[in-house]
Amino acid sequence: MVESAAPAATPALLPAWARGVTPVVIALGALAFAQWSSGGSPFFVYIASVVGVNCILAVSLNIVNGMTGQFSIGHAGFMAVGAYTAGKISLAFADTAVAGVPVVASDQLFLLISLLAGGTGAALFGFLVGLPSLRLRGDYLAIVTLGFGEIIRVIVQNTPALGAALGLSGIPQTSTLFMVWFWVFVTVLVARRIAHSSHGRSLWAIREDEVAAEAMGVDTTAYKVRSFVISSFFAGVAGGLFAHFIPIINPNSFGFVKSMEVVVMVVAGGLGSTTGAIVAAVALTLLPEGLRTAFNAFSSDPALAQKADQIRMPIYGLLLVVLMLARPQGLFGTREVWDVLPRWLPRRRKGVA
Amino acid sequence: MSDFIQHLINGIASGTIYALIALGYTMVYGVLKLINFAHGDVMMVGVYVGYATAFQLGRAARTTLWGVLAIFLVAMAACALIGFLIERFAYRPLRDKPRLTALITAIGISFALSYGFQLDFGPLPGAAPRAFPEVIQPTEWLVLGDREVVVWNWQVISLLIAAALMVGLQYLVFRTRFGRAMRAVSFDHRVAGLMGIPTDRVIAVTFMLGSALAAGAGILYAIKDTSVQPLMGLYVGLKAFVAAVVGGIGNVPGAMVGALLLGLIEEFVVGYTASSWREAVAFGVLILVLLFKPEGLFGRVAAEKV
Repeated sequence: MVESAAPAATPALLPAWARGVTPVVIALGALAFAQWSSGGSPFFVYIASVVGVNCILAVSLNIVNGMTGQFSIGHAGFMAVGAYTAGKISLAFADTAVAGVPVVASDQLFLLISLLAGGTGAALFGFLVGLPSLRLRGDYLAIVTLGFGEIIRVIVQNTPALGAALGLSGIPQTSTLFMVWFWVFVTVLVARRIAHSSHGRSLWAIREDEVAAEAMGVDTTAYKVRSFVISSFFAGVAGGLFAHFIPIINPNSFGFVKSMEVVVMVVAGGLGSTTGAIVAAVALTLLPEGLRTAFNAFSSDPALAQKADQIRMPIYGLLLVVLMLARPQGLFGTREVWDVLPRWLPRRRKGVA
Repeated sequence: MSDFIQHLINGIASGTIYALIALGYTMVYGVLKLINFAHGDVMMVGVYVGYATAFQLGRAARTTLWGVLAIFLVAMAACALIGFLIERFAYRPLRDKPRLTALITAIGISFALSYGFQLDFGPLPGAAPRAFPEVIQPTEWLVLGDREVVVWNWQVISLLIAAALMVGLQYLVFRTRFGRAMRAVSFDHRVAGLMGIPTDRVIAVTFMLGSALAAGAGILYAIKDTSVQPLMGLYVGLKAFVAAVVGGIGNVPGAMVGALLLGLIEEFVVGYTASSWREAVAFGVLILVLLFKPEGLFGRVAAEKV
């Protein structure tokens, strides 16, 4: 896990200069190993990529919904902006390559550029949507993001340049396991860093009591908009990644259903818990896949598996209701996974209460 | 010019329907300070109940006055019951919890209803849009010039029904004992409770009223649109919410004016550009209102107290 601002009481395992760098080095090594060892199994790479994208979405949405206590339900809209921006850029540069480097490296470079562009585009939309609605009380954000998500879908459906309802196909499938999980790592790093920074303290303050936070001198609107823009950026990157391993992206991949999936992940994992969001994202991505495989294995009727998939949606809705009634703080609340490990395991010292 | 008049008529016709739905948002917000996210979906359920009733009645009976009345009453009663159940089991236990919890619950219910109705198990309807039966034979009520301006009978009928429902509501809120209790709860539900007002009952009845209005409005909408589908609650509900915000959420006459304005704006934008922008109009209006006049046309700026 990412080293966070180490409390003075922890014995220093590493010299100060190495603390920031070590996790990055370890992560890059682990990712390279995963990339190398998974080469022969396209299904594994696909599933791992979907899990990764959902992790990015859940962790980034958690910055707004969990840490800041605002409620956005249009995350898929920003994902769509990122996916289409990155997809269009990759399509434009599909036949270009950087001279003098291997094709793989050049592909990854272009992928990185389009991902950054996708993220920036989504962040821009996040600013446009967030500024008017975040000045007001939180419920407005929910409605505005819902509307925004739907509008993006309608606009894409009516734009021939973006493939309209048929979708955009032929995007170079240059996404790799390394790239996806590298971005998961970056997202988690940023989220954890924010949670522990003074910026993060302001966000927690807004979440707990907006009026009191304002009275303590927190510029609530500025902080809310900033966290919303950061969250949108990563949603855009997730969309961009998605576009580079799914052969066809169409507006319906980024509908209300997708937004709700991410919301359920964040709420179930615990509003404000980064690791909770990851656990929920992994579980809620693998569970339907596993169920689908199980249904396909036990019955030859493909309609049954399809029905199991359909019933997932209303169950998500009811799950939200039941969670709010029974355990409104979610699985982990604001705690991280290591705060709830059994006593006999070595524990980290608590960073954020 | 005749184009303009035709758009004006269509805009007013759809505006009155939005108004009925917007009233539900505004009333619930008034008493609970909660945006009832599931409101649009309750309306959708009402439309399906009306659809089922119309089929039970058969072709001959449903076009008679009593048949139409029966369709409306059954749908409105069913929605009142659903509204009551949602309030009782999903919102009431959370009334003293942070506001975000109730909002998440509302979103959950909305999602469960709109996607629950997409399932095609047994009696549930399935995702495909269906044609709403013709309960009112469309005839031209007024034709001006060489068919340049046409007013359909269903436009007039829905205007009359909407007007009647609104006048009734206005009477209820401002002229009856119950209405006074409602306004007291809206002002401060704790103090209202101390004054001997049965707060829980008032809130429950408000929910039922709003849901019943939504059912009526939903059927009028389905007659206009001639189709029913599970996600209609999402879109129509969003527009009605925008109407309520334009008028100042929590303000009953504001919701009506806001809805008429929204209906007209939508009709004119669609009429003079392209119909594919219909869904984007309400959202654009919402952003503009939030930017320049977030309290709405008739809303008061309320200082938030600690």
